[in-house]
Amino acid sequence: MVVDGLRYTKDHEWVKAEGDVVTMGITDHAQEQLGELVFVELPDAGNEYAARKEMAVVESSKAAGDVYCPVAGTVTEVNDALNTQPELINEDCYKAGWICKIQVADAKALDDLMDAKQYQEYLETL
Amino acid sequence: MKLLFEKSVPGRRGVCSGPSDVPTTINISDDLLRDESAALPELSELDVVRHFTELSRRNFGVDTNFYPLGSCTMKYNPKVAERIASYPGFAHLHPLLPQLRMGGMLTQGALAILYDMDMLLREITGMAGFTMQPMAGAHGELTGMMIMAAYHRDRGNNKSIVLAPDSAHGTNPASAAIAGYRVVSVASDEHGVMDMDALREAVTDEVAGIMLTCPNTLGLFNPHIREICDLIHSVDGLAYYDGANLNAIVGKARPGDFGFDIVHLNVHKTLATPHGGGGPGAGPVGVGEKLVPFLPVSIVVKRGDGTYALEYDRPKSIGYVAPFYGNFGIILRAYVYVLMQGGKGLARVAEHAVLNANYVKHKLQDHYASAADGVCKHECVFSTTESMAENGVHALDIAKALIDRGFHPPTVYFPTIVREAMMIEPTETESKETLDAFVAAMIEIAELADKDPDQLKAAPVTAPVSRPNETAAAKNLNIASL
Amino acid sequence: MPFIPHTAQQQQEMLDEIGQTMQGLFADIPAELLPESFNLPDGLSEQEVRDRLADLAGKNSVDLTLFLGGGFYDHFIPSAVYSIISRSEFYTAYTPYQPELSQGTLQAIYEYQSAICRLTDMEVSNASLYDGGTAMYEAITMALRITGHNKVIVDDSVNPIYRVMIHSYTKNLQIDLEETRCADGLANRKEILDRLDNQTAAVIVQNPNFFGCIDDFTDLAEAAHEKGALLIVSCYPTSLGILKTPGAMGADIVTGEGQSLGMPMSFGGPYLGYMASRKKYVRKMPGRVVGETTDREGRRAFVLTLQAREQHIRRDKATSNICSNEALCALTALVYLSLLGKEGLRETAQRCADKASYAYQRLTAIPGVEPHFKAKWFFNEFVLDLPCEAADVIARLIEKGFAAGFPLSRYYEGMENSMLICVTEKRTKQQIGMLAEALESVL
Repeated sequence: MVVDGLRYTKDHEWVKAEGDVVTMGITDHAQEQLGELVFVELPDAGNEYAARKEMAVVESSKAAGDVYCPVAGTVTEVNDALNTQPELINEDCYKAGWICKIQVADAKALDDLMDAKQYQEYLETL
Repeated sequence: MKLLFEKSVPGRRGVCSGPSDVPTTINISDDLLRDESAALPELSELDVVRHFTELSRRNFGVDTNFYPLGSCTMKYNPKVAERIASYPGFAHLHPLLPQLRMGGMLTQGALAILYDMDMLLREITGMAGFTMQPMAGAHGELTGMMIMAAYHRDRGNNKSIVLAPDSAHGTNPASAAIAGYRVVSVASDEHGVMDMDALREAVTDEVAGIMLTCPNTLGLFNPHIREICDLIHSVDGLAYYDGANLNAIVGKARPGDFGFDIVHLNVHKTLATPHGGGGPGAGPVGVGEKLVPFLPVSIVVKRGDGTYALEYDRPKSIGYVAPFYGNFGIILRAYVYVLMQGGKGLARVAEHAVLNANYVKHKLQDHYASAADGVCKHECVFSTTESMAENGVHALDIAKALIDRGFHPPTVYFPTIVREAMMIEPTETESKETLDAFVAAMIEIAELADKDPDQLKAAPVTAPVSRPNETAAAKNLNIASL
Repeated sequence: MPFIPHTAQQQQEMLDEIGQTMQGLFADIPAELLPESFNLPDGLSEQEVRDRLADLAGKNSVDLTLFLGGGFYDHFIPSAVYSIISRSEFYTAYTPYQPELSQGTLQAIYEYQSAICRLTDMEVSNASLYDGGTAMYEAITMALRITGHNKVIVDDSVNPIYRVMIHSYTKNLQIDLEETRCADGLANRKEILDRLDNQTAAVIVQNPNFFGCIDDFTDLAEAAHEKGALLIVSCYPTSLGILKTPGAMGADIVTGEGQSLGMPMSFGGPYLGYMASRKKYVRKMPGRVVGETTDREGRRAFVLTLQAREQHIRRDKATSNICSNEALCALTALVYLSLLGKEGLRETAQRCADKASYAYQRLTAIPGVEPHFKAKWFFNEFVLDLPCEAADVIARLIEKGFAAGFPLSRYYEGMENSMLICVTEKRTKQQIGMLAEALESVL
């Protein structure tokens, strides 16, 4: 499932822009590949990341994946609920399963990401 | 079943030590003592023996039945090696004795074994010197990578990349990372061996070396192996041979002759020492002439008078990777095995390991999807067929169904470049009757995959437990009873 | 040929079946890569190999009365230990990848993890590492991962054998490894505190330390935590029968050599590296871990868990490259600890301390023999100063049938006349008396 109105990365992160703060998480495709999640290693609020830098880790019992920062910026808030309920990502990856909010360094960087249609096409090539 | 701790009865004793022959006086300040004794179980000797006997019956070893775990070489572990390792002259030998003045003379038997094993392994692998220190295969890899780093430092080379095939074992990149290298993966070609064009492109001045198994994890021998080593040498890189699959060629061919500079052996695979449910193993590392100065401290040398001594003065050495001489008790077992096989015996080991793998491959190829054509070496890899996939039958289901038929499953889901991989390594110690019975079980399972896939998905039903919930285990961590 | 079952006839049948010859099966190896011949001996029969190895075993001096320790100890091992671990369902199994067939190994490892936690007063333990030295190295990399800092401080009262190992291992990592010189036999507080800063990942100390002296590191744990650093304590597990636990001192990672828990000395291995830590650090802990869960019928079952941290999944990002560990040695330690039990381990530790105390009194009564450190508590090892070179005295005592101790000059400057003496519960009052007489006679 791909949601309209979000931007996407090739590493299967989604980004939702709200002014210069964006919310991000991993896509339905990513959570399905990993299977039932058992742990999420969240970034700390205040951390700064360059684009495509590892910022979090998602773990199932048999796999682990790095989550990359979709656009350069500073983490302003993290979804603490994932500490006790990592399965939120499996159940509702685009809403309740968000990972963190990022104050972006340059909002133009969002334009480099795929839109829903492009991401859907990208998924079909995999 | 109950835990040891749940069987505990306050006040019950196991081993009793009798009265002390010296005065009992707490000669230690109170604030340095623990408040309460550690909450260990309180059981009789028989309670303990029964508990572990029951646990052993919930386990499966090579002695139980066929154990075709690919890349693990689960061959028979000769009993005589266990007996010899328990000789008091070996088991009761303190490792610090050689560090006393003239102390080397107190351990001549042990040093002779380490020296002789070094000579035998040199001849078996075609290398110029060995260390017995690494305590497992992955530890050997790490030692090899540290030697590689020391070599390049000594040469003033500034290199950051180690190449490995995409079919490599996960320990390869992990070991390289600890030695300060980044692993770049090289693609396999359509036959499952390293793609030479991809390799040529990857070989740059940045390349410190390459890590390879040969035969590879698909059980295939790469005929370009010499060319690969030459290519790496052309940029002053080193070729590392992961000995996990040496059983396929032991006594027949030698990694040193292929052009490898560093080799590790898994003695708990090729040289028949028991795996212990996950160790202890041993992973001796051999190197070519130019790398001998970098081997760990210490090395056993033979002096002019025929006695043996430990050499500590090795200025270029990477240092110590083990406290002493490695897992001596395991090296000793491997030594016993090599002595019993002799040169001709080792060649027969490889021949029969390869014969058995090809026999199983031949018998199963009409029932499962073979991952590679032609002759394999010590192991063969299959996937599920298309019709199995349509029925939702996975490699895991086939593995679990084998349990109900009395066999240990093959390695599944490795190598990762093969979908639904099942990697079968029969080893040379299995009889034709055992192989035939295994093949019959595999064929029966293949038929069930069409007729009654749900039966496979329910397996195993005869084991002490059915499939455990691994997600719950990782999520609601309970890793100690406190 | 030994251990190969096929008869010549069966071999031919199998080759015919697959339409191959033995040469054909190896035709994929280019001929120019094959050696002309191997210079290897002919195989031996079982009787020949037993005779030859018995002869070699006879060339090792195992009849010396041992007062030699240094981190590797001659403890009493109950017969049932060997009997249990010799069950081939345990020792001929591979790593427990198929949990349904490996409940024996898995439950035993879970129980081992529990026993290590109970012994050290820590919350989590892994399934074992190779030995005490590599366990210390793994603890360092764990502390680097947790803190993001890159300085490590180790006191030189930590076993020098571990220290040379961690120097080898950290050579390729960009870390600052600093050593402090112990003060009168104990970890040097002043030097450690001087060096401790907010780039420090860990402070490493040992209890009892290499000289046998007992310490309480509560102050160091607090000081380390203030700077965001961890305290790593290496600990001799037998001593935990009576000594204050590293958990109670506030340690973050506890490691050590588990050989004293039922393993023979075997000239350096196989031994057992143990590691315990706090629950909050469990995902940064290297090595295999077994967890409890249930099967489809709701029955208790055990599995390898937290595998996503390991090399076969995380590859170069794994917490460690370790794969095979020392599972059978962990089983050995567990069986040993269950046979001794709560009271038995306390009694063993007490007896070690009592006998060492008795030996200390007997030996320091010899004219010219003095304790090296003043008024310190010790467990079962202590340092004596002799009126002459210790290495020489020890060599002369070997002729009298004693491995009387370890010459400290091998690792410490200025300690030419000092020897480290170890007394376990196996030494008798009579043997201690004989050592005292022998020592007096060679001085």
